[in-house]
Order: sequence, then structure tokens, then C-alpha cells
Amino acid sequence: MRTIVKRGAVAALSLAVMASAAFAENVKIAFIDPLSGPFASTGTNGLHQYEFAAEALVNANGGVLGGQKFEIVGFDNKISPKESLIQLQVAIDQGIRYVAQGNSSGVANALTEAIDKHNRRNPDSRVLFLNYSAVDPALTNEKCNFWHFRFDANADIKMDALTDVMAADSSIKKVYIIGQDYSFGKAVAAAAVNFLGAKRPDVEIVGNELHPIGKVKDFTPYARKIVASGADAVITGNWGSDMLNLGKSVIDNGFKGPIYTYYAAADGITAAFGETGKGSLRLVSEGPLNPIASERAADYVKAFKAKYPDGNVSQARITNVIEMLARAINDAGSATDVVAVGKALEGMEHDSLWGGKIMMRPQDHQAIQDVHIFAHTNEGVQFDYDNSGYGMVVESSVAMASADAPTTCKMQRP
Amino acid sequence: MDLILVNLIDGLVTGLLLFMLSAGLTLIFSMMGVLNFAHASFYMLGAYFAYQISIYLGFWMGLLIAPPLVGIVGAAVERYGLRRVHQYGHVPELIFTFGLALLIEELVKFIWGNDQIPYQIPEILEGAAFSISSYDIPAYKVFMIFLSLGIFAGLLFVMTRTRVGMIIQAALSYPRTVEALGHNVPLVFMGVFGVGTALAGVAGVIAGPVLSTFPGMAFVLGSIVFVTIVIGGLGSLGGALVAALIIGWMTTFAKAYNIRMEDILTGVGFTKPEPTWDSAWADLWTLTSPQIADILPYLLMILILVFRPYGLFGKRDV
Repeated sequence: MRTIVKRGAVAALSLAVMASAAFAENVKIAFIDPLSGPFASTGTNGLHQYEFAAEALVNANGGVLGGQKFEIVGFDNKISPKESLIQLQVAIDQGIRYVAQGNSSGVANALTEAIDKHNRRNPDSRVLFLNYSAVDPALTNEKCNFWHFRFDANADIKMDALTDVMAADSSIKKVYIIGQDYSFGKAVAAAAVNFLGAKRPDVEIVGNELHPIGKVKDFTPYARKIVASGADAVITGNWGSDMLNLGKSVIDNGFKGPIYTYYAAADGITAAFGETGKGSLRLVSEGPLNPIASERAADYVKAFKAKYPDGNVSQARITNVIEMLARAINDAGSATDVVAVGKALEGMEHDSLWGGKIMMRPQDHQAIQDVHIFAHTNEGVQFDYDNSGYGMVVESSVAMASADAPTTCKMQRP
Repeated sequence: MDLILVNLIDGLVTGLLLFMLSAGLTLIFSMMGVLNFAHASFYMLGAYFAYQISIYLGFWMGLLIAPPLVGIVGAAVERYGLRRVHQYGHVPELIFTFGLALLIEELVKFIWGNDQIPYQIPEILEGAAFSISSYDIPAYKVFMIFLSLGIFAGLLFVMTRTRVGMIIQAALSYPRTVEALGHNVPLVFMGVFGVGTALAGVAGVIAGPVLSTFPGMAFVLGSIVFVTIVIGGLGSLGGALVAALIIGWMTTFAKAYNIRMEDILTGVGFTKPEPTWDSAWADLWTLTSPQIADILPYLLMILILVFRPYGLFGKRDV
């Protein structure tokens, strides 16, 4: 009698577990980025792009594994590495297996280390780190691990493309490098010195400095130094309000040359620069909107703008993250076995929505893709940013940039 | 030499802007004993109000209308919020203003969104006013200098030469006596709070286009304003001006010249440890002045608190 009751209980319990497993069919992706504070606009817009990409590219087509939907869960990390680790723990405790983060390489460095540790200690609840924007080269070099995948071109790849363009411009004789004082700003500066030295040894680097991130109220003194140095061009990796304030200040105080940037677009920056930035601002990035690659891409942008009239498709790579993850999950046949999903992502070749191919390099999990140099302008703009009439138009392109660049990554696979 | 002159002008602009913010704060503190944590939020409101008005009526109407509007909001906060909390003492007042700062930030995000908004300087003030050798001085900066100096002169005149100013000064030191003489002291308080926040509003209106208008702008300036009034002496208008100018010039010069700690230390007679990166003092040896420019005011504040706790011109202890 007792055994029957026991068996019955076991059967009921296992039924309940199976039922709950069937109901919990959403594949959750934790989006850990700043949703409050000075960098909230960048984070919130990123969240919207993720939600839209998941909806339009996966869920509308029937989801993955025959019906499981993607669900993006936002976690506010206030752009602090410490807070990010707390949010990571919360996400893991909720059973989430995929973490997307992009703003600040400082945060990404902390996350990748924590995830590596967590996955070694807890083989039952491993997570994958989908890095869509943090471009510190270290993440796919000395700090690489199997769980980290970078979908953006890293700072070195972008600088390689940027310096190709600068090297061809013989009017550039003196260059000033300025950036935010943290791992990414330092990486940009190091890459600029490196590549410029190799490609144009005659170019003099007249300034190379870092300023506190997110704390400078007025960039005028920096702008004065740049003008005083006699620089022909400025290189900066600044983003958010640091980018806007630096750029405006430099232009207002009489600098006439080009300003080569990584992130001087969207999130209000394009609108705030407006006419001032025309002719000065250049940007290195992937995923061009002008000219747009295909009808499908144009429809995607239009649909996004219809849903978020104030938003921007500013991080085109997010669609690659979502599409490639969906493919990898289908290939692996499981959304919970992240080792299999990771192995499916390794070496994956993918046709990007924005044209061109993307290859997830297996040695270091760095996506290799086309990189473009854009100009801030209001001419030839089909899809503007910030509804301002101004947008980024492709000036030159490098196909599959740095595909054979060396890496120091020695990846240990599970 | 030219660069020094240019930096003096840049520092003056920064200092005067800081003064306009801290003038209101120090006035409010000296009168009501309230440290208004939400003060920088009124600065932000000024910028956003002016932006909204400038869309329809242009920049100049924004400059004219937005500050009084901020002042009215400030007066209403005093009348219906602070005055009720006042009876419970200073700590609830502090908490009230702290909460207000958070509330205003969320409200601004709710109405205008998280992004930077394209609040631009008027066309007539675009471009350079004049150049000192190759350095352009933007016309807008010259305008900022004259406007802030005008406001300081006006404030000084009202406080020292008019009847209203006399009553305010009297209410500062002997509120009960002033009340006994038949003056409406709560009304004076409300007026001072309104004018103080309106001053912050003016600062926001003119700083918004150059320092960019976004929901984090109050947070960025919030703490430095307190540093200013502590250095200047709580409650002293002249002190606020001097402290704001000191901070403006100090940070501008520290950023404009790459003074390296290495040069200072070797100059004093220390020898550089080799290799530097392996030394326990590596961080100290590789410091440059732009990196520490923004903490210099805080260092100065600590020194002031140690050696002259009532500030440069203050009369009472912090």
C-alpha cells in the first residue's frame, strides 16, 4: 500500500515537473545594461532593439525548437561592474541561460570573469555571454573564454579599418587621441598608436590622453589643448554624453579637421550635433542604414520606427545576435544545453540582415564582418537618426575586416 | 601666454555658471537652514522648460519665461511641501528634498525621455565672437559671462540697497523679531526659495545648450554645488562667488595643462622606481593633472573643513 502511494506521488510529481517544463517554454535572455542614470538612453534603446529583434526575427517566425519563444528580460546594472554581478546572479537564479551586455568593457570584463567561474562551479546552470558592444580587445584575447561571444568588431579591428582610411589621407600630419579613462579608452589609444605607427610612421601623435568617464562637465579645456596642439585629426572612442560634449566643444572652439569616432551617432547625439557635426564627424561601425542593404532590411527599420518612433536602429549587430543565437539553438536541438549551443555558434557563418557575411571565429569567438566608415550628414540619408534628418552615410568599407588578425586566445573548451 | 588668457576666460565661464547655481542654494540655506538636495534638479528643469518654450517661441522667450516658471515651481514646493515638513525638524527636510530630486529626475525622463534633447544655442550667438591667436572664443560664452555678471550685480543691489533686501537680511539673523515687527516671514521664505530656484533655472537655461541637456545633468552638477558653498562659507553670497571662481579656474587649468606627477615628485627629490608598473606607488607616479582635475575641488573642501570649518567667508560652523 505504502509503495503504491509512493509510486503515485512520484508519478504525480514527475508529471507536474514535466508540465511546468512544457509551460516554461520561453528562451529567456537577460539584458544587463544601464537602464537608469547618465547612460540610460543608450541602454534603453538597446533593450528596445533586442525586444524588437526577438519579436520580428524569431517569435513572428514561430520561435525556436518548434515553438519556444525568445523573451528579453531587462536588468538595470547602472553601468557598474559590481551591480552587474548582482544582476547576473539574479538572472541565473531565475533560470536564465543567456546574458546580453554591451555598454562598457569594464562591465564586460567583470561579467566574463564571473560567468567563467560560475560555469566551472555549476555545470547544471551554465550561461552564455552574448557581448554585442563591449569592444575591449582583451575580451577575445588574454581574457577569452568559451562562454563569451563578441558580435561587434573589437576596438583593434575598427581601428585597423579607420587607420586604413586615415593613412590614405595625405593631409593628415598630426593626430590627437583622447578617450575615456577605462579599459576601452586605453585599448583605443593603444590601437591607434600601433596602427598609425605601422601604416603612417610620418604622422605625429601630438596628444594622447584619457579623461574621467561620465564626469567631465565641460570639455572646453580639452578642446583648447587639441587646438593648441595643431592637430589635423582627432580620434576618440568616447560614447554617450562624453562623445556629444567633447565633439561639440572641440568644434565650437575652432577645430576644423575630421573627428574620427566609434560612437558619435543616435541616442540623441545625431540630433544634438545637427548641422555642427556635418563635415567633421566620422564613425567606424558595422551594419549600414545608408545605403540600406536590402528591401527586407528597409522593412525591418520601418517596422521598428513604427513601433518606437523615438528610437533608432543604432546597433544593427543586435539582429545578428538574435538570428545567430536562434540558429545555434536549433542546430544544438536544445536551449538549455549551452555547451552545445556554444559549439554551434563557434565558426558559424551567417548572412547579415544588413548585407555581407558574419563569421564567428572559433579561435577567439570574435565575429568577423564588414566594417564601414560613415560620415555624419543630411545628404543621401534614407534612414536618419533621432528623426533629425541627419544620419550616417557609408564613405568607405572594409570587407571581412581583420579576418586573419592574430589572437592570443588559448581557449579551453568544456 | 595666449593660452593662459583663453583658459582664464574659459574658467571664468565655468565659475560664473557654478556661482549662479550656488547663489540660490546658499541663500536658501542661510535663510531656512535647509540644504536643498533638489537644487540641481531645478537647474535641470530650467533647461528642459526653456527647450520646450524655445520650440514654439524661440530661445530668447525661453530665457525670459523658463526661470520665473522654475521659480513658481520652487515657491510651490516650499509652500505646500517644505513648510509642512519644516515642523518635524531638519532631517525630514533633507529627506524631503532628496526625494524631490529623484522625483524630478523621473518626471523629466517620463516627459522628455532618456535621450539628450537637441536644445541649441540661438543662431545669432553661433560662431566665434573673437579669436585670441588661433583660439576661438564662442560668442555664446561672452553672452554667458555678461548675463551672469548682470545677475550677480542685480542680486547684490537687491540684497544691500533695497527694503526687501533689508527685510531678508534681518529675517536671516532674527526671524522672530522680524515677525514681531509685522512682516510675513513665511512669505519671505517662500520668496527666497522661489528666487533661489529661479536662479538655478537661469543657470540651466544658459548651460543646457553647451553642456547638453539630458536627465543626468542634475546628477553631474549636484555634488560640486555643495562643495562650492561649503568652500565659500554657508550662507555667504560673496563666498559663493569666490569659491565658484576658484573651482572654475582650478579645474580648467588642471585640465588644460598636462602637469605630470612624475615631474613634481622628481622635482621634490624623489627618484622614480624602475620599473614603474611594478612599484606600489605606480598609480601615483603615472598621474597627470587632467585625471585629478575634477577631484581637486573636493580636496580643497576637505582642507577648508580642516583648517577653516566655517568656509572662506562664512560666519557659522558647518
